[in-house]
Amino acid sequence: MNLYWSSWADFWAMGGHAYFVWMSYGALVVAIVVEILLLRVRRKRALAAIEEERDLEAEN
Amino acid sequence: MNWFYFSSPSTFYGLAGRLAPWFFILAAVLAAFGLYLGLGVAPTDAQQGAVYRVIFIHVPTAWMSMFLYFIMACYCGLTLVFNTRLSAMMARAIAPTGALFTFVALWTGAFWGRPTWGTYWVWDARLTSELVLLFLYFGYMALANAFEDPRRGDRAAALLALIGVVNLPIIYFSVQWWNTLHQGSSVSFKGTSMHVTMLTGMLVMSFAAWMYAIGATLMRVRSVILERERRAQWARNVEAA
Repeated sequence: MNLYWSSWADFWAMGGHAYFVWMSYGALVVAIVVEILLLRVRRKRALAAIEEERDLEAEN
Repeated sequence: MNWFYFSSPSTFYGLAGRLAPWFFILAAVLAAFGLYLGLGVAPTDAQQGAVYRVIFIHVPTAWMSMFLYFIMACYCGLTLVFNTRLSAMMARAIAPTGALFTFVALWTGAFWGRPTWGTYWVWDARLTSELVLLFLYFGYMALANAFEDPRRGDRAAALLALIGVVNLPIIYFSVQWWNTLHQGSSVSFKGTSMHVTMLTGMLVMSFAAWMYAIGATLMRVRSVILERERRAQWARNVEAA
């Protein structure tokens, strides 16, 4: 279970493939963050729609 | 035990809310361990160099993109045969996460392909059929939301999803059936050609992706249930927490 890299600089450089490796991992992180934000927005909207329904009924 | 108890959207709403955080926690723990193995411990590939490390997210997301489609299609089958409400809601909840994993699999494949094949994209059988999978997810979501009556959208989209299932074996076997630029499977039911740390890292990351997908689906299905049941009395009493 020893680490493969000798330093952090070594790790970030990814043997010269830093751009391709981090563009891949970065995209996954962005995708997950966006999905979690969208999940929160959708929940807020659904709750707001229920609130609207409730108000409509109170008016009638 | 009443097996139909949780097939009612109102009871499943509560269950999903209680379970989802645990799946997210499990996903985070597994991902931390998998990344430690994959990015930290695993040796660099002799032929490809460090860029092969994209495998630890490329293969899990690609597997999940197909697996989620299969599960979604199963729920669609239930919807068409038994006309069950929750199954249609589950299928709707899976689709965006499935599309997300498909997109990430294509994206990471492109950034792996550039230094190893010399190109981001090629119209080979594996890549093209995976792109078709992305369009199937998009088509499913568009069709499901194209009707005034959501139950009609459920059924129309379910039919599309079931027809699209033929694409799954095409993706899976494409590297055998055609002469593709994409490499063959490193892992199959017969065994593996991979280094043990690489394989472990990849499997741990796959479980992480699986747990995340369940968590995200459960969170989304809660919103889908609320959207559909907003006129029901129980939904009125949901705490806006």
